[in-house]
Parts: sequence; C-alpha cells; structure tokens
Amino acid sequence: MAETATHADQAHHSSTGLSNNKLAMWLFLGSECLLFGGLISTYMLYRGRVITGPRPNAIFDIPFTSVSSFVLLMSSLTMVLAVTSAQRKDDSRTNLWLTVTALLGATFIGGQVYEFTTFYREGLGFTTSLFGSSFYSLTGFHGVHVSLGIILLLSLVGMIKKNKITGNKAEVVELIGLYWHFVDIVWIVIFTLVYLIPS
Amino acid sequence: MSTTAEHHEHGLSDSGYVKIALILAAITALEVSTYYVDFGPLFMPALIVMMIVKFVMVVSYFMHLKFDNKLFSFLFYVGLGLALFVYFAALATFKFFIA
Repeated sequence: MAETATHADQAHHSSTGLSNNKLAMWLFLGSECLLFGGLISTYMLYRGRVITGPRPNAIFDIPFTSVSSFVLLMSSLTMVLAVTSAQRKDDSRTNLWLTVTALLGATFIGGQVYEFTTFYREGLGFTTSLFGSSFYSLTGFHGVHVSLGIILLLSLVGMIKKNKITGNKAEVVELIGLYWHFVDIVWIVIFTLVYLIPS
Repeated sequence: MSTTAEHHEHGLSDSGYVKIALILAAITALEVSTYYVDFGPLFMPALIVMMIVKFVMVVSYFMHLKFDNKLFSFLFYVGLGLALFVYFAALATFKFFIA
C-alpha cells in the first residue's frame, strides 16, 4: 500500500526531479501575467477617456475597496495555512483553512457585486465610456478568476472529506494555493494602479 | 513536526506566515493613507514601491518561490517580464508616458 502511494507520489515528477504539475502551474501563471497585463494596460490607456458618464475619481469608494483588498490579502494567509496543514497531513485543519479562504473570497466577490451595482446605478454601464468598458473588463476578469478559485477550493474540501485525492495531497493543495495567491497579487496591482492612483 | 519551528521543510512556520501577513496589512494601511494624507511628489513613487514590495512578498513567501527550485521562479518571472516589456512598449506607442 505504502509502495503504491510512493509510486503515485513520484508518477508526475519529471527528469529534473520537479513536479510536472507544479511546473505546468507556474507556466500557466506566467502566461496569466500576459492576460492581466493586457487588461491593465488597456485600462491605463482608456481610464481618462470619458465623454459621457462618471469619471473614475467621482465614483470610486476607496474605504470600501480598501476593506475588500484587506479581506483578499488575509485570504492568502489562510490559504498558506491550509498548505502547511496539508504538508503536516492534518486533513481537518486543511479543510478548515480552505473553507475560511473560500468564505473570504466569497466576501470579496460580494463586495465586487455591490460595487458594480452601485457604479451602474450611478450611471457607469459597460458601454457608457472607454473607462467603463476597460474597468469592468479588468475587474470582471479578476472576479471570474476569484470565483473559479472559490469553486476549486470548495471542490478540494469535498474531495479531501471523501478521501478522493490520489497521490500527493499536499501538492494538490499547494497548486490550488498558487492559483489563489496569483489572484491576490493581481489585485495588489489593480488596487494600486486602478483605485489609488487617480487618472 | 512543530509548528513553531523557524522553518518547515518547505517555507516558513505558521507564525512566520502570520508575521508576513501583518507586514502586508501594515503596508496596505500605509497605501490607503495616501488617499487621506498629501504625500506631495512622493505620492506616486511611494505607491509603486509599496505595490512592488507587497507583490514580491506574496510571491516569495506565500507562493514559496524563495524556498522552491529556481526553475519555478524563472518560468514565472519570464512571463511577468515579457508582459511588462510588451505592455510598456504598447503604452509608449500610444504616448502614455508623455504628459
């Protein structure tokens, strides 16, 4: 049994001694930099182009977005605690931290839905101006990434509970953790460039 | 394995990660303070530096790049560097950096 588990652990490692899954995840995250780089630079270019509708500085609620940013930042802490718990093979704590991370992510998404609704009521639709289109595209894409992360986290919790993960469980938690931290670092950039630096 | 050990096999101890999170929270508070306090000409450089520090701290410690194989760092930072180069060039083409 132990021999089978060890074999499963090593099955996805390359000739470099590194995990193929982890290599693929880092390569994927590197390519995601290009996706978000495109969206961020498009926003930077278009944020001042407002003919109709509100301007960025008129509608951004910095105190509210600061709290959302803090929530997402703290979800990175709970995610890394889930990873360390998984490395200690403590399934109950791993599930606890994964669930807390998903809840913090859901709080962030709730805040984003509230923000979008408020902006729409204040006259900023997706097609109102170039600023509106680029803003909703950028933050919307990020929100979709966070939502996907929440689905991954909750699926992982279910799989750990039902003991459905074959192979290296700690590595699976770490891979999803890498994705989660990535959406956090993207928000670190968005929060500064989009919200804190005025157009 | 003790959770209070200075280093795990793969990264910091739990208390180490909490310390990193506290530093990140403090930097975020400082960032938000620029909205209320006038930092003068330091406003923009200070925000950019704080953003970079937070980014590097999350990537290095929470994503373990500081402790992992350098190939992972290479894959990520090459993607990031390529993105920065391409989009700085694109923004420069549109005269974004010219006031």
